[in-house]
Amino acid sequence: MKKSVEELMKIRQETLKKMELRENDAHCRIVVGMGTCGISAGARPCLTAIVDEVNKRGLSNVQIVQTGCVGMCRLEPMFDVIIGDKKYTYVDMTPEKSRQVVVEHIVNNRVIHEYTIGEEEKE
Amino acid sequence: MRDISLHVLDIVMNSIKANATLIEITIIETTSKVSVTIKDNGQGMSEDYVKHVLDPFLTSRTTRKVGLGIPLLYQNVKKTAGEFTIESKLNQGTLVKAVFNKNHIDCIPLGDMEATIITLITLEPKVDFIYRFKTCNEEFVLNTLEMK
Repeated sequence: MKKSVEELMKIRQETLKKMELRENDAHCRIVVGMGTCGISAGARPCLTAIVDEVNKRGLSNVQIVQTGCVGMCRLEPMFDVIIGDKKYTYVDMTPEKSRQVVVEHIVNNRVIHEYTIGEEEKE
Repeated sequence: MRDISLHVLDIVMNSIKANATLIEITIIETTSKVSVTIKDNGQGMSEDYVKHVLDPFLTSRTTRKVGLGIPLLYQNVKKTAGEFTIESKLNQGTLVKAVFNKNHIDCIPLGDMEATIITLITLEPKVDFIYRFKTCNEEFVLNTLEMK
C-alpha cells in the first residue's frame, strides 16, 4: 500500500506524540554527574550499580541520564533523584549506597536523608 | 584517573557534549604500547581553541568546555614518555590520540573498558559507537549501528 506524503507526516506526528508521552511517563529520573570530577571519584561503578539494580527489579518507569560537573566536585560521586517536582541530591556515593537508594527511595518511596546533600553539609 | 578506561569515558563525554552522533574508539595494544584513539563528528574546535586545550587554567577560564579532562590525560601520557595529539576542525569533529608506553613504571593500567562501553551505550542511546580493540593477534569490533 502506498502512502502519500501527508499520511506519512501524520504518522510521524502521531509517533512523535507517543514518544513524548512515553518520556513524560517516566515517573522517576536519575541524573548522574559524569564530569571529569565525577568519573575520577568513581561515578562509573555507581552508575553500573544503579542500572543493574533498576533492571533487576524491572523498574520500567525510571530514566537514567548523565550530566556534567555541577560544581561540587568534593561531594562526587553524586546523583539526583527526581520524582514529580521533588528533587533529592545524593552525595558521596558508593555502588552499595546507590543500590540502597534505588531500593529505599524509588521502590519503597522512603528518602534516605542521611545520604542527601542537606545532611552532608550540616557536618 | 585510576586507569585508561576512565580517561576514555571522560574524553568521550566531551564528544557527546559537542553533539557528536558517531564516536569511534580504537584501542591498539602491542607488547610495548597502548594506543587510544577517539574520533567524533561533533562540532569541533577552532584552531585557537585547540592550542589552549592542554592548559587547564586557560580553558576553564573561558568556557569550561574542556576543563581538566584533557590535561589529566596529557599528564598521564607524559608520565610514560608517550605521545599525545589532538586535531580538530570546526563543524567537522575532533580526533584525540594518546599513546602510552606500557612498560614504563608510571603507566596506568587499561582498566575495565567493557564497563566504559556499556556505560556509554546505556547513557547515550541516540549516539552511535564503534569500538575496536586490537592486539597483536586478535581484533574485536563492536558497532552500535549494526546492533540497532
